[in-house]
Amino acid sequence: MKKESESVKHYSTAIVAAKQVVNDRYCKLALEATLVAARARPGQFVMLYLPSQYGPMLPRPFSIFAVERDKGSITLLFETRGRGTALAAGLDAGQDLKLLGPLGSYFPEPQPGALLLAGGLGIAPLAFLAKSTTVPITLVYAVQKADHLACQPEDLSRPGLKLLLATEDGSAGFKGSAINLLSNQLEQASALYSCGPRKMLSKAASAAAKAGVQCFISLEERMACGVGACLGCAVKTGQGYKRVCSDGPVFQAGEVILNGKT
Amino acid sequence: MEKPDLRVNLGGLVLESPILAASGPFGYGHQYRKIFDFSQLGAFIVKGVSSEPWEGNPAPRLAETASGLLNSVGLQNPGLKSFLSSDLPLLRDCGTKVIVNIVGRTVEEYAAVASGLDGADGIDGLEVNISCPNLKAGGMAFGTDPDATSKVVGAVRKETSMPLLVKLSPNVTDIKTIALAAEDAGADALSLINTLSGMTIDIDSGRPFLGNIFGGLSGPAILPIALKMVWQASEAVRIPLLGMGGITTSADVVRFMLAGAGAVAVGTGIFYNPEIVSALKEGLLEYMMKKKIYRVEDLRALAHRGGFAGDN
Repeated sequence: MKKESESVKHYSTAIVAAKQVVNDRYCKLALEATLVAARARPGQFVMLYLPSQYGPMLPRPFSIFAVERDKGSITLLFETRGRGTALAAGLDAGQDLKLLGPLGSYFPEPQPGALLLAGGLGIAPLAFLAKSTTVPITLVYAVQKADHLACQPEDLSRPGLKLLLATEDGSAGFKGSAINLLSNQLEQASALYSCGPRKMLSKAASAAAKAGVQCFISLEERMACGVGACLGCAVKTGQGYKRVCSDGPVFQAGEVILNGKT
Repeated sequence: MEKPDLRVNLGGLVLESPILAASGPFGYGHQYRKIFDFSQLGAFIVKGVSSEPWEGNPAPRLAETASGLLNSVGLQNPGLKSFLSSDLPLLRDCGTKVIVNIVGRTVEEYAAVASGLDGADGIDGLEVNISCPNLKAGGMAFGTDPDATSKVVGAVRKETSMPLLVKLSPNVTDIKTIALAAEDAGADALSLINTLSGMTIDIDSGRPFLGNIFGGLSGPAILPIALKMVWQASEAVRIPLLGMGGITTSADVVRFMLAGAGAVAVGTGIFYNPEIVSALKEGLLEYMMKKKIYRVEDLRALAHRGGFAGDN
């Protein structure tokens, strides 16, 4: 997987430029973080040191949803689910916080005909990937139902991007499993890039392997250090455990074991 | 007042600062050297090394708890050979002393690692982790039994003339008995405490959260327990103590010293603040200036001797 040869880990201060509550599940946070914005590549993440008045808290990994290099800002998109994300959602414009990043491996540059599959919040790194290139690609964005869309189709669109929505209940786009929608597209794809729930990744990886298409996946795991030192974010691979934070989060699908006891 | 003297002698290791990096969280140091200057550290204690590579435990390996962190990394490490050829050379210019933590499943394995490391260029001391399960005693941790402690420490002692630290497990009935056993078997200093055994449960799946079911608890949640054990050990043994367990502030550093530690180590605290080491050192210096303490050694065990005189 693509990694920086001599990666400098920036521990720096970021300022909240804007916060947007997307709906009762999702939140977008724009941060002024010049160094991160200058270096971040699609698939990478940052660790946020969220200020908490009730005891210490581990930093939280957030994947990068968008980068505006000219403004020196990055945008994170997340679901408000636990203590960390609740604190992140509680930040206001003007507040500052510490951050470490950009961290981890990144997706290889998509070639024309690349197929991107995002499940739920897996849209975050794939939206960044889709915007990072001008070549024609297809992005499949699958959620349970329309009001689980963390970002709207108009936020994702660009010339040359074919966007396909899939919902399990048919409330937007294709009705049914994203994997079914994918199977029609896969044969002509130059490669598959996917991020989302493990079960979906596992199915996507099998489908890609069957079609003989190269597949890159981005994984999520609990982390403590974020830089590859503590070995907390282990994922099982054919060559023993690897670190999601620094060997990943982007892996070749064939490399990691996604099913069973990991 | 001139700048207080932070130098300490930890079982024969003369350290420029009493604040060390604990074994584990910092790995083999490569990553954190890009984030902070290791010359700020009194010493860097390397993550546990075994005679052969250890694969580690299944995921998930981390769970955050109230003011704490449960981990079940399982001492994953590349083994002695790879450590010596790939990791140690990178540490030779790290700017501080290097202590290598050693782990094993049998007395012989511990001895083999110690023998392999003894005298290696770039190593200043060894620390024996006696919290590992003893394969020949049904998996009971060496460090929960004075005899097993004595055997491991004695076997390692025979293999090395380097300063030898023994890291005690807090999962014991009486820390003093184990501390004495380690001292009698030849330890030059004691590190305490290792993590406390614990677990958590995922209420959605209804199953234990960690892949290994049980993990070790670290972080500020365990500090009062660590402090008590340092206090107890300092009453039991003569050798110096390296206090650790949940340090996140310079007040914590001072508390460990007052309880009897000659030096302290920070572990989980690095996760909360990657620049914590210099913050702790500055805070300790400020405290010493305020209290007019000129040598950090003078803080040691002061709480056992009635604290500061007068209204101080």
